[in-house]
Amino acid sequence: MADFSGSDLTCLRGERLVFGGLSFSAKSGDAVMLRGRNGAGKSSLLRLMAGLVAPRSGDLRWNGENIAEDRTAHHARTHYLGHQDAIKPVLTVRDNLRLWGQLRGVRDLEPAIDRALTALQIHHLARVTGRYLSSGQKRRTALARVLIGQSDLWLLDEPTVGLDRESCAELAQLITEFRGRGGIVVYSTHIDLDVENPTILDLDDFAIPMVEWLAEQDDLEDMAPAKRAASSQEAAQ
Amino acid sequence: MNGFLAILQRDLRLALRQGADSVMVVAFFIVTTTLFPFGVGPEVNILARIASGVIWVSALLAAMLSLERVFQADYEDGTLELLTLSPVSLELLILGKVLAHWLTTGLPLIIAAPLMAVMLNMDQDGFVTLMVAMLLGTPALSLIGAIGAALILGARRGGVLVSLLVLPLYIPVLIFGAGAVEAALLGISATAQLQIMAAILLLALAAAPFATAHAVRQAME
Repeated sequence: MADFSGSDLTCLRGERLVFGGLSFSAKSGDAVMLRGRNGAGKSSLLRLMAGLVAPRSGDLRWNGENIAEDRTAHHARTHYLGHQDAIKPVLTVRDNLRLWGQLRGVRDLEPAIDRALTALQIHHLARVTGRYLSSGQKRRTALARVLIGQSDLWLLDEPTVGLDRESCAELAQLITEFRGRGGIVVYSTHIDLDVENPTILDLDDFAIPMVEWLAEQDDLEDMAPAKRAASSQEAAQ
Repeated sequence: MNGFLAILQRDLRLALRQGADSVMVVAFFIVTTTLFPFGVGPEVNILARIASGVIWVSALLAAMLSLERVFQADYEDGTLELLTLSPVSLELLILGKVLAHWLTTGLPLIIAAPLMAVMLNMDQDGFVTLMVAMLLGTPALSLIGAIGAALILGARRGGVLVSLLVLPLYIPVLIFGAGAVEAALLGISATAQLQIMAAILLLALAAAPFATAHAVRQAME
């Protein structure tokens, strides 16, 4: 039973405070749906969860262990799908996928690629080079990557972009299967993806104005010595 | 190790399919070297005197020409992001990419160099030393260049910036590379220069992957 949680996360992008004080928790089989207006920090949160960016404050824990302590282990259990499909125009779909399987050390890689391609119904495209794919087909190839190799956590950033209605239904089906195997899915989407009772995390709730946050930081610094004194007193008692 | 081979294989396959990069680097090297006889005149003694320097400077410029592309394409299409997130250490993957870069740009330069030496009327006593020096020098150029290539990710006009960042760091390779050939031409042993070049290569091999990985992670922020 895996457990993925974040507490009191603050994300700073450049000079802008994206969100603050965000906490969440998910267990094996859970799906978390990220909602929020454009720029609310859905992508930023997924990048934090992937370990691509470090949070300004707060921490992310997998089974109670901070993900920053063992990044390799976190990367091995996580599949991240970003905005970009990372498909090389001169390589075939199969060659494109092979690299990611090899990097994960997947055994019996070719059958695994076949299964992933079949699951996304793009098996007929296996020998087509990236440049001839439509944007929906590219997205499906990127999704096929997520199916290759063991993982416990899927982080999907707008997975439905470019997908038609049927593909969205298939994606929902894949997510359900993955949850059935005990996986955790965190995803952001603008359309309704037919996922069973996801936990909804609305990022608009965690938007805080910069001024307020800065003031709070000052307070914390002022308070810090007093707090420390108080806690050491408690410890003494 | 599998990750290292996987990325090496993919980069070589990409280079093979796209092809143009290697050819362009060698063509640039040949054209630049050819400009010198036009500039300084066809006096064979003068050309023989400056040959080693000209070949090295042209090789530096040619190697630099391809640097911008080392990470740029992967950065733009999101591949670099996924490489950072793969369970294989980023340093190892970068080493694989640098080796692929050297095989597709450094190695062709070494093969083309003796031809240019003949054109510049260099004495043939210097040929072997020239090739050995380039064998030690060009991998160091790729390694050092990778740091610059990673630092410019996300910057506008990256190509110009990378030359400003990297060319000063190439100076030691230039000095000892040209020095080794000079020594061989004078009939003295070039061992000292070659040993220093080997030392530069080892230092770059030890430090550059870490510096580059750090710069790449910085670019992901």
